[in-house]
Amino acid sequence: MVRVSQSKSAKVVGVLALQGAFSSHTKVLDSIGVSTQEVRTPQDLASVDALVMPGGESTTMSQLLESSELFEPIKKLIHEGLPVFGTCAGMILLASKIIDGRDDQVSFGAINIEVQRNAYGRQIDSFEADINVESFDSPFHAVFIRAPRIVKADGSVEILAEFGDDIVLAKQKNVLVASFHPELSHDKRIHEMFVKEI
Amino acid sequence: MAKREFENKTLSSTGSMIVKRGLAEMLKGGVIMDVVNPEQAKIAEDAGACAVMALERVPADIRRDGGVARMSDPEMITGIQAVCSIPVMAKARIGHFVEAQVLESLGVDFIDESEVLTPADETHHIDKLKFTAPFVCGATNLGEALRRISEGAALIRSKGEAGTGNIVEAVRHLRSIIGDIRKITQADSAELFDWAKKLQAPLPLVQEIAETGWLQVPLFCAGGIATPSDAALAMQLGAQAVFVGSGIFKSDDPAPRAKAIVEATTHFRDPEIIAKVSRNLGGPMTGIGMDKIEQRYAERGW
Repeated sequence: MVRVSQSKSAKVVGVLALQGAFSSHTKVLDSIGVSTQEVRTPQDLASVDALVMPGGESTTMSQLLESSELFEPIKKLIHEGLPVFGTCAGMILLASKIIDGRDDQVSFGAINIEVQRNAYGRQIDSFEADINVESFDSPFHAVFIRAPRIVKADGSVEILAEFGDDIVLAKQKNVLVASFHPELSHDKRIHEMFVKEI
Repeated sequence: MAKREFENKTLSSTGSMIVKRGLAEMLKGGVIMDVVNPEQAKIAEDAGACAVMALERVPADIRRDGGVARMSDPEMITGIQAVCSIPVMAKARIGHFVEAQVLESLGVDFIDESEVLTPADETHHIDKLKFTAPFVCGATNLGEALRRISEGAALIRSKGEAGTGNIVEAVRHLRSIIGDIRKITQADSAELFDWAKKLQAPLPLVQEIAETGWLQVPLFCAGGIATPSDAALAMQLGAQAVFVGSGIFKSDDPAPRAKAIVEATTHFRDPEIIAKVSRNLGGPMTGIGMDKIEQRYAERGW
């Protein structure tokens, strides 16, 4: 259950491993020399200095967050300033408001955005595209899988990248969110950006 | 692969391999449940399924009824899509590319070219590279898995023996696939030619496994999972997610069993949690021994 990898850094990044693409995040973090810890139980949270919430099914993760008794402890840690990075479903979990979610779906309300689930369509509409990220000197190749859309963002939210008319990468204090999957595109820059803040 | 332009003139593309395999990545650690109507689909989603497989009859009933098993009625598939917010998969017969075209036109998220249905072609599988929708295919061994990947499959599931509630074949197939992957990572470059020949698989794919230590796509387990412990067994053996077919809706009390299998799949290395969720689930599906079945579905596929 516990997975600690070889590392140059003393900081440990937890990766929420209830369901979804957690192993892809772990792989990217390993490759930039960061120790990782898969998080499935409250005990796994004890040693983490940051937390990644991966893509997957947000409804599944929402239920498992509650049955695994992780929801309250994570909510408290985020409130206390734990750096978190949510991609796709992870972004949905962090949003202050979810549109087209399930009635019983929980969210941490950690970033002031409204997110619409599956807003870009079904899998046949999933796509990849180059986006321009604030502070990167070349485009980032982004992969969108049944992606959620940020339909509204508060003025306190810092916009880091847009695609078309949509915000796709955003930040508010200790919370970073992406509607796409930086863990799938063999480009480590967004993970490096997140890790630098820890 | 379709190209399209957005308002800001940014090019984007759909249906690429990275996009297809991407959805398979998102399903990891989850449970994909067979459902035959919208009510079951709701139960599955409520229980935490990461996707559902829409089909007219679960494999246990296909086995009982006999006859030719085909793609489901599109009306039934769209009915399930209407009530689900999670991905919806559906099955096409092996080699039946028109059924696959129909499923793609319905917006099915993953097409299962499945041995559970009666094969339409005894030599050829579907050329899956031609489609925008991703495909999942079954395999009993590594050679079969690599042939399906070379045809464009974005996800492999070990076949097991569907509709039996018996995990023994799934274990055999997982051990075969993963065991051979392990051996290939130990082989030297000259031996890889022989591996490709023995597996009847493309050499470049075999060489890639030697380098990366894993398949090009995720590997899930299907065929015979009936209990939370079965799901955790598949995961500990190396499967990255599980398909549960007849095991849920052929049991005494589907909803709690579905939820328990979801939790056991997440906490697959934690016997205390598996014990906790396994309590008072009622009877699992009865199941059948391998010596009692007339047709082995796993033998379908070439």
